[in-house]
Amino acid sequence: MNFLQAFKMAIKSILSNKLRSLLTMLGIIIGVTAVIALVALGQGATKSVTEQVQSLGTNLLTVNITGRGTTSTMKANEAVALGETVNGIKYIAPVTTSNSNVKYGTTSKTVSVVGTNADYAMIKDYKVASGRFLAQIDLDVYQKIAVLGSTTATDLFGFADPLGEYVLIQGTRYKVVGVLEEKGSSAMGSNDEVVLIPETSAERLFKSKGVRTIYVQSETAEQTDSVVTGLEKQLSDHFRGNTDSYRVFNQSDALSALSSVSATLTLALAGIAGISLLVGGIGIMNIMLVSVTERTREIGIRKAIGAKKRDILTQFLIESMMLSGLGGVLGIGIGIGAAKGASTAFGMDIEFSANIILISFFFSVAIGVLFGMFPANKAAKLKPIDALRSE
Amino acid sequence: MASKPTTDELIRIKQLSKNYRMGGETLKALDDVTLTVRQGDFLAIIGPSGSGKSTLMNVIGCLDTPSSGEYWLDGEEISKLRDNKLAEIRNRKIGFIFQGFNLLSKLTAIENVELPLIYRGVPSKLRKQQAIEALRKVGLEDRIHHRPVELSGGQQQRVAIARALAGNPPILLADEPTGALDTKTGKEVMGFIKELNALGHTIVLITHDLAVSEQAKRVVRIKDGRLDEEEGRAG
Repeated sequence: MNFLQAFKMAIKSILSNKLRSLLTMLGIIIGVTAVIALVALGQGATKSVTEQVQSLGTNLLTVNITGRGTTSTMKANEAVALGETVNGIKYIAPVTTSNSNVKYGTTSKTVSVVGTNADYAMIKDYKVASGRFLAQIDLDVYQKIAVLGSTTATDLFGFADPLGEYVLIQGTRYKVVGVLEEKGSSAMGSNDEVVLIPETSAERLFKSKGVRTIYVQSETAEQTDSVVTGLEKQLSDHFRGNTDSYRVFNQSDALSALSSVSATLTLALAGIAGISLLVGGIGIMNIMLVSVTERTREIGIRKAIGAKKRDILTQFLIESMMLSGLGGVLGIGIGIGAAKGASTAFGMDIEFSANIILISFFFSVAIGVLFGMFPANKAAKLKPIDALRSE
Repeated sequence: MASKPTTDELIRIKQLSKNYRMGGETLKALDDVTLTVRQGDFLAIIGPSGSGKSTLMNVIGCLDTPSSGEYWLDGEEISKLRDNKLAEIRNRKIGFIFQGFNLLSKLTAIENVELPLIYRGVPSKLRKQQAIEALRKVGLEDRIHHRPVELSGGQQQRVAIARALAGNPPILLADEPTGALDTKTGKEVMGFIKELNALGHTIVLITHDLAVSEQAKRVVRIKDGRLDEEEGRAG
């Protein structure tokens, strides 16, 4: 007897008892559905957070300067000079930020005012929609000019053209020279509700000395580590070995923390899946045992007309395998549907992985084989005369 | 002492016994039975219930193994064979016709008839041809897609006969083939079995009904596990 024939027999047997087959499969269906839907949601969440971190750039470093006391700080030009001394730095932008009131006419708004230099546009991936961005010369001559984020521009000016107009930042007049393109939000907050001014002007405006943050972008992601080492050495020299005065943050650190969280999540899901599939498998074994008892006479007839032990074993094994496999397929379908439903209903990100789907399917088939073995063996071992005598 | 039987002897049973243990006692279901069936024979084994005829039928049908003695079937000694080998012999050498038809209720007539061929490994196309041919022999070629419940008792028994014929086995073994049928259909089925014998099929029939056994060429009586041959009517 070949496998194709055994498959046909199994399909016939499953179809002849539809309700019971469905109930038998239910355990597997629920288990696989849970796995597929939860993993899709979990991976979707992980992916969207990862993308946000990556959108900042994997070769992006952040240097925080806490300083040593109030006097020992780092000036903006010293910070920019780091870019010359450390190899592999593509862009370096010192940043002084303060939340300030920005006013135009009678409209006022509190936004984050960022004092920085020309490299900031490259690092943050800002594009200028109209006008121009900050230039080095603006810093050198303490120009009072401002570049507006797209939201700030519409909040203050509506549909009017802000270029050439003056805004008041903490009472000081700044000329608007540029408006940025819309960029959207990130984990760090809105990128469009900003006002960018030259770093030197910002220090004067906020009456602060030295920069608190420096954004650094290395030339390639591979160079990031060497840039970190170089920066740390230079900073250590600058602060005379006081390593508490500064800190260099690496985006890849954040990413690896994220991936370890998602690995733990996946493991927990696998545990839940394993338990529910085990329960489903026991359900299949239970029904297969009942089925063997019910079909004792059929087994007797088959054996009398020449079915060998192996034929009966294969028949029942394939039947339980098909039950669990079919349950797996249904579970995958329902799981995908449930995840899509949740993503539209709650606006969650979902991500399907072919690996998880394949593993769920083969795992449920394997459950069928494992838990079908005992009932199938029981059927195969029946003696034909005893089986024929049963009613 | 194991002499190989001559070629036209299909079944040769020699000093065969079958014992059952029940409680501390040994029950001799078959006691030193010797029996020969030739090619083309129509043998009836008759006996009351409890006489051991079912045990004899199980042994002849390779469903059960004897406790001692020899059983040659179509030139092969099979009393010591293992389960799987016996299954193969049942499949190739014996066509069963049971009292209760023993058709699979979920399968159609043709699927029932195909079953022994499936276990023999006959390819699908040839299998269908042979099954249809067997159903045509029993006059049911227009009922091949009916399920057993859609057929009358006589038709069901004819499907069962077609299933027995499909593999073209040397022996047809009928166990009370008319037991579950009314007198009229029973007669029809017996007439049919006689026809098959006339066509050259060897038939072993087991019954407790004298009227049925009278239609056979040879009658053997069994009582308390012992055989007692009557005179052959057709030589």
